[in-house]
Amino acid sequence: MPERTDHLGHLEHLDVRKTYKLFVGGAFPRSESGRSYAVRAADGSLLANAALASRKDARDAVVAARGALAGWAGTTAYNRGQVLYRVAEMLEGRRAQFAEEVAAAEGLRAGAARRTVDASVDRLVWYAGWSDKVAQVLGASNPVAGPYFNFSVPEPTGVVAVLAPQSSSLLGLVSVVAPVVVTGNTVVVVASEERPLPAVDLAEVLATADVPPGALNVLTGRTSELAPVLAGHMDVDGIDLTGADPSSRAELERLAAANVKRVVATDEDLARTPSLRRLRAFVEIKTVWHPVGI
Amino acid sequence: MTAPLAGPWSPDVATSDAALRRFLHGLPGVDQVGAEARAAMLATRSIKREAKMWALDTAVSMIDLTTLEGADTPGKVAAMCAKARRPDPTDPTVPAVAAVCVYPDLVRVAVEEVSGSPVAVASVATAFPSGRASMAVKLADVRDALDAGAQEIDMVIDRGAFLAGRYGQVYEEVRAVREAVGSALLKVILETGELATYDNVQRAAWLSMLAGADFVKTSTGKVSPAATRPVAVVLLGAVRDFMQAGGRRVGVKVAGGIRTAKEAVSYLVVVRETAGEEWLTPDAFRIGASTLLNDLLMQRTKQRTGFYSGRDYFTID
Repeated sequence: MPERTDHLGHLEHLDVRKTYKLFVGGAFPRSESGRSYAVRAADGSLLANAALASRKDARDAVVAARGALAGWAGTTAYNRGQVLYRVAEMLEGRRAQFAEEVAAAEGLRAGAARRTVDASVDRLVWYAGWSDKVAQVLGASNPVAGPYFNFSVPEPTGVVAVLAPQSSSLLGLVSVVAPVVVTGNTVVVVASEERPLPAVDLAEVLATADVPPGALNVLTGRTSELAPVLAGHMDVDGIDLTGADPSSRAELERLAAANVKRVVATDEDLARTPSLRRLRAFVEIKTVWHPVGI
Repeated sequence: MTAPLAGPWSPDVATSDAALRRFLHGLPGVDQVGAEARAAMLATRSIKREAKMWALDTAVSMIDLTTLEGADTPGKVAAMCAKARRPDPTDPTVPAVAAVCVYPDLVRVAVEEVSGSPVAVASVATAFPSGRASMAVKLADVRDALDAGAQEIDMVIDRGAFLAGRYGQVYEEVRAVREAVGSALLKVILETGELATYDNVQRAAWLSMLAGADFVKTSTGKVSPAATRPVAVVLLGAVRDFMQAGGRRVGVKVAGGIRTAKEAVSYLVVVRETAGEEWLTPDAFRIGASTLLNDLLMQRTKQRTGFYSGRDYFTID
């Protein structure tokens, strides 16, 4: 970008280039490996350098997510919904910036980019609303032949790794992350490899939107490098393979089997109106018996 | 870093309070900035693959697995002892830890649980952790632990007396406990977090070594800051100088706040680079810890299998 000068040729404003970093445990560290990679716009021009996360960054993110799990899962569903609403509010407030980012990343026209951002905000609100309703829909009070109450209650799976879709940098990301977070899981998300910048900006929104540190962690880098680490990690309870290369899915599922991770691998169109499917993906239904009258 | 001690010293430096003070204040001063910079520099060293595996196993074998809570029960001590003998039930190649460390009243339980294994039983004594009791009470505390079968005694020094400059009194207390302890191992807790300066840490270390300590130990674990790398640099420098000046080989125990394998390995680097390789054994270097062991086992599993492990796969305490 050319520097602006006044009529005497004096510099009016020096561009401050933004450093895109990771989002781990509520902080914005660089990759521990010190690596970064060039992120290009859809037209091939250089947008910025993003952090190239290493396997150790993935491990640190899992540690942060595990640490945050008890707190986030223990928060009331109402409260989790409020936090997600807040994220939507903050995103709404930065519409213009996100529209610009999405337009550059995905090569969309301004109008289409704005609509994508609006759809992302809507998506967050939609999932936020489900927060304290999902238990009614997925849970049940079961009829049993005896003096007992019998309840089935959805509970979060735990630490979930999400490989965000590669093409849709913001709407796709929000569509895969929001349902996992709102049901009380903590998340390590690997952003789109070629289009990671909206994800890092979203992390800045999360950091100021009362999302507890570690509940949602964002890594940027090579999906093919990070996916096997997360799939094989024994302290990750579930993995969403949406953004994985289809040819690598079988191997990732094999790695995930080591600790019986819950695996989601679908090719649905994320731009369409969502269903309950993703909300159901990372919850465990726990059934408890309770004697009547106590 | 401390320079090797200039001039000879003899055991008579402790004949009087004044002589002891002259000697301790005549020790070369500790360069605070230098010690911290060196500790920070050593902490950045990267240990990989076979060396890391060795370091993890060595660190496990140096642990004094500790529980010093008001809520300790015989059951908890028994569980801890089982873990001390066989840290990872799925992997017999993991060495046993060096010792378990408990309060005197639980020594008997621990002795029974570790019998027939190489694990020693250590007990804190002398009115741990504050050390605020009369000499008679402190010695009774020590005898209690020994009678119950403790092979190692972790005593605390009277920091109040030390900071008030009554070095002779502290020296006599360590001497008296040394005599009471006999052939058992004596570790002297300096509680470096309360000593304010590295010069004081060095003086307390020398005083303890002169009085007959087998180990100098950083902290009780009840005061923050507990063990820090710069303090370890100072203590390891002191034990090295003591040996070079014609003394015995005194060990160092770091305790309190060491929770990750990475930190433990960085302490081993400090040991190797400050005191030397001959201190890299459980006879001369110990790590007092409880949660550290699980992290070491987790990292070990990662080295062995190639996959990061999780807390779910190891026993809680």
